[in-house]
Amino acid sequence: MLKQFSYMVVKFRWLFLLLALSTIVITAMGAKYLHFNNDYHIFFKPDDPRVVAFEDLQNTYTKNDNVLMLLAPKDGKVFTRKTLKAIEDITERAWQTPYSIRVDSLSNYQHSESVEDDMSVANLYEDARNLSASDLQRIKKIAVNEPLLLHRLISEKAHVTAVNITMEFPKVIKDEKGNEMIADPTRQVSEVVASVRALKQYINKTYPDIKVYLSGIVMMNNAFGEATIYDMSHLLPVAILLILVTVFLLLRSFTGTFTTLVVITTSVVVAFGMAGWLGIELSSPVMSAPIIIMTLAVADCVHLLSTWITEMREGKDKLEAMQDSLRINFMPVFLTSLTTAVGFLSLNTSDSPPFRDLGNVAAMGVVAAFLFSIFLLPAMATILPVRVKQRETRTLTFMSGFAEATIKYRKALLIGMSTLAIVLIALVPKNELNDVFVKYFDKRIEFRSDTDFIVNNLTGVYYIDYSIKTKNSGDIANPEVLAKIKKFSDWLQQQPEVIHVNTITDTFTRLNRNMHGDDPAWYKLPDSRELAAQYLLLYEMSLPFGLDLNNQIDIDKKSTRITVTLKTLSTQEVLAFEKRVNQWMTDNIPELKAMGASPTIMFAHIGMKNIISMLSGTTIALVLISLILVIALRSWRYGLLSLIPNLVPAGMAFGIWALVNGEIGLALSVVTAMTLGIVVDDTIHFLSKYLRARREKGLNAEDAVRYAFSTVGIALWVTSVALIAGFLVLATSSFKLNSGMGLLTAIVIAIALLVDFLLLPPLLMTLDKWLSKPESVGQLRHNAVVQGAK
Amino acid sequence: MFTKATLTKAIQLISLGSVLALLSVSAMAKAPLNPQQKGLQIAKAADAKDTGFGDSTANMIMILKNRAGKTSRRIIRIKTLEVKGDGDKSLSLFDQPQDVKGTAMLTFSHGLKPDDQWLYLPALKRVKRINSRNKSGPFMGSEFAFEDLGSQEVEKYRYKFLRTEKCANGWTCNVIERIPAYKYSGYSKQLVWLDTKEYRPVKVMFYDRKNALLKTLTASGFKQYLGRYWRPTSMSMVNHQTGKSTILQWSNYKFRTGLTSRDFNKKAIAR
Repeated sequence: MLKQFSYMVVKFRWLFLLLALSTIVITAMGAKYLHFNNDYHIFFKPDDPRVVAFEDLQNTYTKNDNVLMLLAPKDGKVFTRKTLKAIEDITERAWQTPYSIRVDSLSNYQHSESVEDDMSVANLYEDARNLSASDLQRIKKIAVNEPLLLHRLISEKAHVTAVNITMEFPKVIKDEKGNEMIADPTRQVSEVVASVRALKQYINKTYPDIKVYLSGIVMMNNAFGEATIYDMSHLLPVAILLILVTVFLLLRSFTGTFTTLVVITTSVVVAFGMAGWLGIELSSPVMSAPIIIMTLAVADCVHLLSTWITEMREGKDKLEAMQDSLRINFMPVFLTSLTTAVGFLSLNTSDSPPFRDLGNVAAMGVVAAFLFSIFLLPAMATILPVRVKQRETRTLTFMSGFAEATIKYRKALLIGMSTLAIVLIALVPKNELNDVFVKYFDKRIEFRSDTDFIVNNLTGVYYIDYSIKTKNSGDIANPEVLAKIKKFSDWLQQQPEVIHVNTITDTFTRLNRNMHGDDPAWYKLPDSRELAAQYLLLYEMSLPFGLDLNNQIDIDKKSTRITVTLKTLSTQEVLAFEKRVNQWMTDNIPELKAMGASPTIMFAHIGMKNIISMLSGTTIALVLISLILVIALRSWRYGLLSLIPNLVPAGMAFGIWALVNGEIGLALSVVTAMTLGIVVDDTIHFLSKYLRARREKGLNAEDAVRYAFSTVGIALWVTSVALIAGFLVLATSSFKLNSGMGLLTAIVIAIALLVDFLLLPPLLMTLDKWLSKPESVGQLRHNAVVQGAK
Repeated sequence: MFTKATLTKAIQLISLGSVLALLSVSAMAKAPLNPQQKGLQIAKAADAKDTGFGDSTANMIMILKNRAGKTSRRIIRIKTLEVKGDGDKSLSLFDQPQDVKGTAMLTFSHGLKPDDQWLYLPALKRVKRINSRNKSGPFMGSEFAFEDLGSQEVEKYRYKFLRTEKCANGWTCNVIERIPAYKYSGYSKQLVWLDTKEYRPVKVMFYDRKNALLKTLTASGFKQYLGRYWRPTSMSMVNHQTGKSTILQWSNYKFRTGLTSRDFNKKAIAR
């Protein structure tokens, strides 16, 4: 049957070429629906309770989307006329940022003080050029002593300051005719970034003595896009070049290399075209798919083309050689593509949507690569001119030496490899969960280096919001409630992780003091509810546009937001902090207990959530892939045995990971399921050849091992090296979720090869008695898949 | 600030006697005015139309709504005294929320000078002056800024007539662009729809300092008092940037109730 199929494929090659090309064109048209989403929210399911809590909070108070612009004067002094004047100018210009609804800086900080028995609320300073030396001193003293400013907009040493721009991105926009359309958040982010970068340029030019650093949620979102663009422009060319060089060195054929290039690129094109048709959004994780698809597609091409070229070297003409190659390789290529696709599809159980997308896009790419290898590759390779020198293939001696060694030292290998596997797997728990989203980007991305500077000099970018909800409207002014909130804020302030606490109680104590002639003795909470409410009313009435209190209090004065700014903590530390806060609230203010919400919290939980959700995915993939193996090998026992070389590599790799890195998170949680489908390929190739030797040729276990090594040893070696190389390219990504995934996958594949070469053969020989017992495999016999191919 | 009269004027900003309006129309017919002149003309006409009401009182319910759809209510009584040659005087008495009941705010609005503003805090039993240069801030956490509610003197803006078009209730409206002359205004410009017949302000669109559409105010349920002065019963302000909104519901309008300047001083609000 396969023979006939191969004959048809080669005979009607022009037809298949045409079919393939039209398929490519049609699917590629889906690309017009592709768009990149850089919003960090995409990493979370919309119904995730922590996401819901955060959204709820965002709807109650002013939103958190911001750009933090840090200004570092070269002389290290913020409170000079020159710098203060610059801040005034920059603040004014910051209002021009698209979508900005609020700008906070030293110059527009609404300082309240008692003036002749009245309360004055005004900008901290104005017209900096005309400030006297004593004015400067006074302003500095106010700023560094104001809890609202210190560690938020001014550093303790007063050497850096910041302008914080808050945005509100509309979800629906109106065009000039008043038609509503869904806004493109990625474009909105680009607009903001373009605007603040222009402002930065302006500052560089106008105030050369001030250095500017940019961070904040909007800049982080933008970094997702920039990291991807960086990768696409730096990594992708390297990956393609690497693939081409490897393939050329292996095949020594221009036609073969060119055909491979066409197959791998069209596989990527089709995968992303389909993604477009299916409405899949592009995101940083999905954008690792091109390299993954290309790397995997190469393996298919190499199998088909190397057999084809070998056959030609042995004297067959190119059409006949291609028929033979198709006949021999169809089943293995089909099976390995199937298992790889299953592995990727299991990513659909991931809790994080971009990884589901990655799984689906990569699976589509793998299927496309299979189809093009079978239908497009034969056509192209045979239509293009090809020249082959007849020569002997070498390196067989190396492989047979390898075989002899594994046979000779099987006991030692079995014990040694098992011990190594056990030791490494025992190290797995040493890995720590860590998803520090600031560190998702490496230092090649400006966001990371700027953020690092800001964290080291001014404030944190990690924060947790607590929305304290009271029973009745207006309760925020209730002295009992205020006392509890103050107790909570004070406690938070004492925690070692905390940089800054933004709490409404600071405003109340300040107002109380202002209302009593700025007497420090009155720097305490107002003792009556009405008084507190009326102070607040008076203060609110005095605030200018954009600087209202809705960032801290809801419209009904029923709840208030406490924002805790933290140092950049590991996930473990965030979780520990969260737990400690929860415990404190339960013990001290149970009726006001609130759930912490913020991107920090969301990312802190995403790793574990994803690992748990991926457990089911990994299990499903394992069961399906094992079933495929059982059917392919026509043996339950060999199928069971194959679990070892399929599962052990991932375990060992995570053990090695514990030694070299030790941090796992969102991205690495998908590696086991993903690699399962890839590493199983080696096992399929090795075991199918081994079984063929045992069953058809009647060889004993040792000779069957020799046979397997001599037939597929080189191919396994070469494809594994190609895969490792491809994933190592991914490992140099500027985006940690992709680089970590690439590196760990490369390790898994390397270990898989090691296990297939050094552990599987000794296992086969040692367990031969049990393995070769007759089985009731009648129902499997008609599925003589692998066998039929040979 | 902020009596119904100032308010309507505020939103409204126009009112000439119909004679004057006619005059201006006929004047236009003779020598066509440029858009700036025409805009100013309409503004003056609208202002003139609202003069002479003397004083007024009204009740207002303010309903705030946030993005999550939660609402909050404030109830305020407002008294206004027309002042010839200057901005109006107004007195706002807060009835709800309970915590600020009895709080009263006195506003003497002026043209381009900052308004004078005092707040009486019953819990403190004291009158405190508010520095009201910050007219751009929200009024009681609502989407209305002081400057939206305060007395709308003609000199507070520069005007430009844009077009005439159909508007709400089947009326025809003049659309005028006005640019705040006040340095500390929160807006770069406003677009105002005034109906051509009675100068009722049907709609105002507010643009923020980066010239992006910020809010839209729509007024409805206009009723006429003393056979001359139009006041809306409902005003809805929607903030397009934050998705928050505020509705003002007006009732119990009374005109020429006999209020005098003695009812609008620091002593009066402490009562």
